[in-house]
Amino acid sequence: MAYTRRTILGGALAGTSTLMLPSFLRAQAGAAEVVVVGGGFGGATAARYLRHYAPQVRVTLVEPAQRFYTCPFSNLYLAGLRTWDSIGHDYDGLRAAGVTVVHARADSVDTAARTVRLSSGQTLRWDRLVLSPGVDMRWGALDGYDEAASARAPHAWKAGEQTLLLRRQLEAMPDGGRFVMTIPENPFRCPPGPYERAAMVAHYFKRHKPRSKILLLDAKENFSKQGLFQQGWKALYGDMIEWVKQSDDGQVMRVDAAKLEVETAFGERHQADVLNVIPPQKAGVIAERAGVTNASGWAPVKAESFESSHVEGVYVLGDATIAAPMPKSGFAANTQGKVAAAAIAADLLGRPQPTASYANTCYSLIGPGYGISVAGVYRAEGGRLVEPEGTGGVSPMEGDAAFRDAEARYSAAWYAAISTDIWDR
Amino acid sequence: MPSFFACARPSRLWTALLLALPVAGTAADTAILNNVAVLAATCANCHGPDGRSPGAIPSLRGLPAEHLLRRMQAFKAGKAADATVMTRLMTAYDDAQIHDLAQWFSVDLNNKEVR
Repeated sequence: MAYTRRTILGGALAGTSTLMLPSFLRAQAGAAEVVVVGGGFGGATAARYLRHYAPQVRVTLVEPAQRFYTCPFSNLYLAGLRTWDSIGHDYDGLRAAGVTVVHARADSVDTAARTVRLSSGQTLRWDRLVLSPGVDMRWGALDGYDEAASARAPHAWKAGEQTLLLRRQLEAMPDGGRFVMTIPENPFRCPPGPYERAAMVAHYFKRHKPRSKILLLDAKENFSKQGLFQQGWKALYGDMIEWVKQSDDGQVMRVDAAKLEVETAFGERHQADVLNVIPPQKAGVIAERAGVTNASGWAPVKAESFESSHVEGVYVLGDATIAAPMPKSGFAANTQGKVAAAAIAADLLGRPQPTASYANTCYSLIGPGYGISVAGVYRAEGGRLVEPEGTGGVSPMEGDAAFRDAEARYSAAWYAAISTDIWDR
Repeated sequence: MPSFFACARPSRLWTALLLALPVAGTAADTAILNNVAVLAATCANCHGPDGRSPGAIPSLRGLPAEHLLRRMQAFKAGKAADATVMTRLMTAYDDAQIHDLAQWFSVDLNNKEVR
């Protein structure tokens, strides 16, 4: 175990959180330590904004990847509308902002000793811990779909090798083939994501394999921005995309990855040429190991700060949390990261807690020059997250071509802005 | 509410720590931490860090407060003909918040005093 000088200083005050001491003693013990696990939309935002709000706090970001590829816009990569490189971000900008970035995996958390142990063997001490671990797949929750099966039938629901694999499979598929996607029940990462993916694969097919078909087998009765998606699919791709809802036998009960075949609740079998299984999900495993998840597999949090409802001093962000009515989106995670950073900074500096304010805007691209969106603002009221009545909502169904084109352009501008806000500055 | 510098003044160690900080933590960049700062931080997701946009979405930083106020009020009232998502977002903010945001983004950060 590698002890840093700071670790030893902290250990000299064994048994007492240094933050329980008056500020002058705290200063003598070294600046407060915040460890952030996960360098995605939630974690990297929290790390950067902590340094912004409280420059004297030491912030260490733990993230295995040297370069982080975003799920947002990974569907555009599948369509051939973005390069792979354009959705990757490194951590130089965060280092320049004074964040210590450690490329390792967080393996365990000791909330009593206030330490986190890394895959490198290093142990980091923390005064406040931020967990932003994203989702993990519930392997085996869908009969026949485990990690080995995902090498044949990719989920591509974490941007990376899985996304590249799915793209290669689409490229190798003959014209006239069938792309089958299975979609889980709520809650899951990025509620509009599967339907945008259908449109982006349709865009690729229309240009390169126009006789191909897309079949969406859904465990739900309805979905995010449904009317807008169906309108856009029809307008751009005719009847290429078929969506089957749960009550029309859309729910897949079994996957045979070797045969690229799925079986529905009523026993019907569908054969695919390319099979994309989006499985049921849960909070990233480190959240469970830290004791911040409940029986649902997700992490309950305090609405005003995203501090864990279970463990004091531990904050949980993004897709791993139970934050409804906020969706599991990168935008939402980013605003949660800012609120948590402000709450932690105020706490450590002995300042009043700022009032939480959250927002979300999810753009989906249906084709080049054809974008749609859903937007919402959220706040904490009486310990609960609420979306004020009569606010937010989706793009108008009657929006004209100029409106759709503007939202497509704003979608690209949003990606540039949020990437800059988080990583690239 | 004591400012960060008021807290820091009694301790020479704090001063030493501050001097050792990288550029991002220097005095000119010391951030305001209050309700408006947290409210305005959600705008950066689309309008860019500190309201300086790197893309097709308009920048906010340094625009006249009166202009920002009128635009936000028009979005909220559904009277901005060129609006897309802002009509839906602004309905969630009250007049005081809209006023605060207009003030916040109208400040040219290059001439800003450290508060």
